[in-house]
Amino acid sequence: MEERLIVSSSPHIRDRVNTRKIMIDVIIALLPATFAGVYFFGTRVLLVVMVSILSCVASEYLARRIMKRSNTISDFSAVVTGLLLALNLPPSVPLWVAAMGGVIAIVIVKQLFGGLGQNFINPALGARIILMISFPAFMTNWVKPGVDAISSATPLRILKDAVLIGRLSDGTNLSGFADLPSYGDLFWGNILGCIGETSAAALLIGAVYLFARKIIGPEIPLTFIGTTALLTWAFGGVTLFTGDFLFHVLGGGLLLGAIYMATDYATSPMTLIGRIIMGIGCGVITAVIRLLTENTEGVSYAIMIMNILVPLIDRYTVPRSFGGGKYNA
Amino acid sequence: MSVVKDGYKNLTKGIIKENPVFRLVLGTCPTLAITTSAENGIGMGIAATVVLIGSNAVISLLRKVIPDKVRIPAYITIIAGFVTIVQMLLKAYLPAIDKQLGIYIPLIVVNCIILARAEMFASKNGVIMSILDAIGMGIGFTLALLTLGTIREVLGNGTWFGMDITGGIFEPVLIMILPPGGFLAFGFVLSAINKFTSLKVEHKDCASCPMPCGASGKGEEVKL
Repeated sequence: MEERLIVSSSPHIRDRVNTRKIMIDVIIALLPATFAGVYFFGTRVLLVVMVSILSCVASEYLARRIMKRSNTISDFSAVVTGLLLALNLPPSVPLWVAAMGGVIAIVIVKQLFGGLGQNFINPALGARIILMISFPAFMTNWVKPGVDAISSATPLRILKDAVLIGRLSDGTNLSGFADLPSYGDLFWGNILGCIGETSAAALLIGAVYLFARKIIGPEIPLTFIGTTALLTWAFGGVTLFTGDFLFHVLGGGLLLGAIYMATDYATSPMTLIGRIIMGIGCGVITAVIRLLTENTEGVSYAIMIMNILVPLIDRYTVPRSFGGGKYNA
Repeated sequence: MSVVKDGYKNLTKGIIKENPVFRLVLGTCPTLAITTSAENGIGMGIAATVVLIGSNAVISLLRKVIPDKVRIPAYITIIAGFVTIVQMLLKAYLPAIDKQLGIYIPLIVVNCIILARAEMFASKNGVIMSILDAIGMGIGFTLALLTLGTIREVLGNGTWFGMDITGGIFEPVLIMILPPGGFLAFGFVLSAINKFTSLKVEHKDCASCPMPCGASGKGEEVKL
């Protein structure tokens, strides 16, 4: 009976949407990327995904139980976290690292702050960053797709080195660019990287599904990707305004982060202006980390920093209510 | 007899019941910064304890001479004197520890535990009691640092006091010896201690409580 009668304060919105349906839609949207990962990196990826999801769901159940709170595994949010986390891990990651990531995501990042909707950064992202700092050797052991399975440098690393050599030789030595994977490989996914970021096509299919179902709005992904593209085009090349922005968009975790992680409801601003600020902020930080630091990838740090700023953004973008005066922040 | 009883109480209260780090949540800056290994924890704890004993004793002796309006600068001057002595001794006899702790040795001057004990205890009590209080608080601080240092060093580096005690049964979780690991370990230990002791805390008047709830000036005890 308690399940059927929902007692809450107004406004009452009559809609069929609930957390579980949204989460199932997100899972459906992530399936193409998951299958792309399995296709390009082999069936071991399936094992990583399963361990990650199981670890998240088990952590959610145990954490809620120990803290004597209601059981929430049926809303599938832990499954989404587990799947996202797996897509953020390299294919060669040891299974215990994936399991530990699930525990970190659910217990430390999500449940300790109050559970679904109360986490201040995306749980999968928080876990990825903690794992990245804790086990740099496992988390950056990239394996090339295919039967050879040889470790090598990520596309962004190759690009970074090529640009650096080009700059040092005043644009005369561009030999590094010859090693870059083709745009076709970048788009369809025949490149090395995290499980989920390999195939841009699969990620875009999921994005179209999410936009069509109106699960997420296009503001954050578009501004995020657009800002990164603009800045990498302007400052990412051997000379000004010659940067390979398409490579920066397709060659790393930008699509995965912009579409699936920066748009997390709990950790993104409420208003349109707020979301645009968040997207631009993420883009600027990503470009700064990619171009100016030793790291080649900055998407996860960018989203985390903007996640932390979300309450502040919300505070300064309160919409004017109908008939109301100016809001005093 | 009551003097002995009071002395015992003042000596032991700092160890668990009013542990400066875990119960009063003072001195968190050095706690988070230097507990990357058990050895650092012990070194910092002992250095702070020595300063605390010296400053508590001197401040207690001078408590009737120091004018109320300038008491904080006076305390800081006294504390700074002892910190300088400790730093010189460390540089002379334990240069390795001095190098490890670096800037955090001079920063003992602004360690809240030392100023808090001066303000809350030494300026109101006799010299013997103040020294006992300082010893107790110092032991409490050292134990807290040792606990956190042990957790972080074992998890983050697989060693304890530099000895390999885990034998490689698990991969060290590097984050535990980095700054975020300090916050994680501190938070978990603090919550565990609160979980197991919150029912046993006796609430006294606001004068002895460092929590900001009494800052309203009404002086009423806040029932939790």
